[in-house]
Amino acid sequence: MKLLLEIVLYFSQFCVVLAMLLCMLRLLKGPTAQDRVLALDTLWICAMLFALLLGISFASLVYFEWAMLIALTGFVSSVALAKFLMRGEIIE
Amino acid sequence: MIRRLMTHRLITRWLPSPLLSLALLLLWLMLNQTLQPAHLLLGSALAIAAPLLTAPLRPFKARIGKPAAILRLFSWALLEVIRSCFNVSRIILFRKTDNLNSQFIKVPLDLSDPTGLAVLSCLINCTPGTVWVEILQDTHELSLHVFDLHDENWWIDTIKQRYENPLMAIFSRETS
Amino acid sequence: MMQIPADISPWLAIPVALLLICGSIITLVGTLGLLRLPHFYQRIHGPAITITFGAGSFLLASMLYFTVLQQRLVIHELLISAFIMLTAPVTAMLLMRTAVYRDLRNGRQRPDTKPEPPAASGQATTAEVKQHRPDGENA
Repeated sequence: MKLLLEIVLYFSQFCVVLAMLLCMLRLLKGPTAQDRVLALDTLWICAMLFALLLGISFASLVYFEWAMLIALTGFVSSVALAKFLMRGEIIE
Repeated sequence: MIRRLMTHRLITRWLPSPLLSLALLLLWLMLNQTLQPAHLLLGSALAIAAPLLTAPLRPFKARIGKPAAILRLFSWALLEVIRSCFNVSRIILFRKTDNLNSQFIKVPLDLSDPTGLAVLSCLINCTPGTVWVEILQDTHELSLHVFDLHDENWWIDTIKQRYENPLMAIFSRETS
Repeated sequence: MMQIPADISPWLAIPVALLLICGSIITLVGTLGLLRLPHFYQRIHGPAITITFGAGSFLLASMLYFTVLQQRLVIHELLISAFIMLTAPVTAMLLMRTAVYRDLRNGRQRPDTKPEPPAASGQATTAEVKQHRPDGENA
């Protein structure tokens, strides 16, 4: 059973890293600026998922704080970027 | 009688929004992952102080009623989220993207409570396949983007019956 | 390397493994949609499944695993899920409005899937122009 969980964890880590790579491709390619912001937002979410996976695989609760911080900062940065694209300035 | 009135006044004075206070206390306990009395005390202090200090920032007070309706609404929304997750992933994986019918649709809304509208926008945006664009102010219609549109009337009926009617019941102003 | 207890029971390992597989496949599909779909208004629907279903099943797996492993209730992952449920809609709505606003401001035709938009969405365009102009002037 330990082997099964290890294989599944490696598979999930591979999938999440692949998802981050796809986000990077869209981030580099994105024809418009809002595409890039969307890709960055998804990248943050994938990074949070990766932190959760690391927490499970090392049986440590410290990674929860990583995940929380990544979610918080990701939201703030995405909203700031979206506001900037809409108006050209963040603080009106 | 007078004593009960005094107690009631004391509670409304120090706990203007009991649900918010309870949520803050739970947040504190979850963040610290403990049930020790010291943390309970600190969390209660936070839960009493924060709503009092931020009360001037809140423009209006939401009235929430009917727990059964809330439960029904959220369980339906959860089912809908899971169902449309699988629909969207099936479309992404197997459908050719050039015959995809992505459209903006408009839904006339009767709901006008601001908290109810906020909850409605959260539910609609959490459901994959629909994104809330904005409310057109002159006609009070909701502009919505749908990933794969089959039948516009089905969407309008679903949103009005499944989401809007329960929300109007929950956030009705008369139940105070 | 991984710190998994050797005597982990199958009743814990199998549900956690199923949740992880489901979540990672959905995550991958969501970002594949982000990469593969042709227009921005379609691409914004791709990450939504990553955010709801992928994050949901990962958080559920984490809660289950740590609750059984530490033999106490570990539910602080609920905080992250509540936070995501509150913030992801805001991000999606802001990005959508940004895209509509920028497309209208640049005078570009809305890059919809249809080559010529039907009358209904044409009206929506003018209404949104009216909607947005005063905001833009106030700003």
